[in-house]
Amino acid sequence: MTAVVEHITIPDRRGPAGRLSDFFWKHPHVLLTVMLAPPLLWLGVVYIGSLFALLLQSFFSIDDFSGLINYEFTFATYRQLLSETNLDIILRTVSMAAIVTLASALIAFPIAYYAARYAQGKWKVLFYLGIMLPLWSSYLVKIYAWKLILAKEGIVTWFLAKVHLQWLLDAWLSLPVVGGNSLSVSYTGTFIVFVYVWLPFMILPIQAALERVPGNLIEASSDLGGTPAQTFRHVLFPLALPGIVAGSIFTFSLTLGDYIIPQIIGSSRLFIGQAVYAQQGTAGNIPLAAAFTVVPIVIMGAYLYMAKRMGAFDAL
Amino acid sequence: MRSDRLNRSPLGLKIAAAAGLAFMHVPILLIFLYAFTTEEKSYQFPPPGLTTQWFAVAWNRPDVWAALTLSVKVASIATAVALVLGTLCAAAVSQTRFFGRETISLLVILPIALPGIITGIALRSAFSMAEIPFSFWTIVLGHATFCIVVVYNNAVARFRRISGSLIEASMDLGADGFQTFRYIILPNIGTALLAGGMLAFALSFDEVIVTTFTAGQQSTLPIWMLEELIRPRQRPVTNVVAMIVVLVTFLPILGAYYLTRDGDQIAGGGK
Repeated sequence: MTAVVEHITIPDRRGPAGRLSDFFWKHPHVLLTVMLAPPLLWLGVVYIGSLFALLLQSFFSIDDFSGLINYEFTFATYRQLLSETNLDIILRTVSMAAIVTLASALIAFPIAYYAARYAQGKWKVLFYLGIMLPLWSSYLVKIYAWKLILAKEGIVTWFLAKVHLQWLLDAWLSLPVVGGNSLSVSYTGTFIVFVYVWLPFMILPIQAALERVPGNLIEASSDLGGTPAQTFRHVLFPLALPGIVAGSIFTFSLTLGDYIIPQIIGSSRLFIGQAVYAQQGTAGNIPLAAAFTVVPIVIMGAYLYMAKRMGAFDAL
Repeated sequence: MRSDRLNRSPLGLKIAAAAGLAFMHVPILLIFLYAFTTEEKSYQFPPPGLTTQWFAVAWNRPDVWAALTLSVKVASIATAVALVLGTLCAAAVSQTRFFGRETISLLVILPIALPGIITGIALRSAFSMAEIPFSFWTIVLGHATFCIVVVYNNAVARFRRISGSLIEASMDLGADGFQTFRYIILPNIGTALLAGGMLAFALSFDEVIVTTFTAGQQSTLPIWMLEELIRPRQRPVTNVVAMIVVLVTFLPILGAYYLTRDGDQIAGGGK
């Protein structure tokens, strides 16, 4: 019936643009296809295609003598992935990702809580930009800044010498795993830079989660006799948890895949990202590099599945 | 209404929040200080003296200019591509309902959700399998892939706020689809697209991980920085370039903030 009315009252448009417009109006699915085709070709075909091609390569192997890729389906590369040195790399990266995530959450929570609950007006803007500017400022410049700070002749050493705590730094650096020649070539340095660079990714989701907690819920808890610690433990923390999990998706995933931070600030022991980079570059072993990239994908897949069950995606 | 007592924050929280913010900003401020140091060979603190001579030195470096020009070109084209593709995707997802809508959102977010190294190596091996030589365009292709998401996020948030009756009214008054787009939709999403475009530009301008895999011999500004970080040769010039990069990326962020501050969606929240 609508079609009839349309034909009586409104004549078809003239000109190619008008006719095209009418055609799209009558065939909305064609319009949808025309709109979706370019982005889907780009992302769905070029991008997803490359990803699958990469994953496929992990089932090939490399010929030890010629160094050429042997295009036969095999699990040999995965067996190689599970060798002791490679497992070491995986374990090192995953533990680093875990403590970086934990530390980021600890530092992020007060900032996010203050920004969500107490900051108002001008302060709200200040907090917003204060989180956004470090988030968006250059990744390499941030790493560079820490190279300046952690260098032997840098500000940390200078400050500790001023307050006569130099011995504390020396004692820390003489510890077996976390120490090293200077902070900029130790795991401690790598850890600090990871926390620094990913911190804003943790603050934003926690803040988003906390902003949804009504203020009178906190009041109700203290009216009912809850101490601040109890209120935090039983009211605030459970409500913020989805935000923390959402933030940890970023900190965990970004740490798993990064190869630049441990290369510039850290000891010579490899992380997953560096192993991938070395395997595809100097070693020319694309199958093993591809197998290495499967590790973060699998870990993040499992992580995302758990996060989804906890409702973390609503806080994104 | 909150009571007065609860409206005041506990001192401990205040200190922790202030310390956290200081932790986030002091390193960036130090970059500004180091750009003026007279020390050439080390990262000595405090700087033995202050000078502006390194700005002139950096200004006269052809390699810095070449890297900067390449970065700006790549970022401009990648942003333009991302604007078109991101807007199309956002329009399709928010104006219509169809099977697989959720999958499309996931697809758009994927290049930024997966670690950059995976995107980089996947594109690199695809290029070499298809025997595409590395060039300016391979860099652009990589950048546009992960820039789509920022444009998409900004555009989707704005599309949600345009009421459907506005578009229907335009159609009822006799405008065709293109006129409706030109006079109704575009003015409404304009600032969101501008904000998304600025963020995409900043993202591309700063990208290094994917670029190391998709660039051949060319070096963008971040690649130039990375080489200086691994093998420091020109510390004073690097200091100056670092400061300029900070300033250049701050402008689009502030701009994007002022363009979208009235909205419900935080621009840049989805980096």
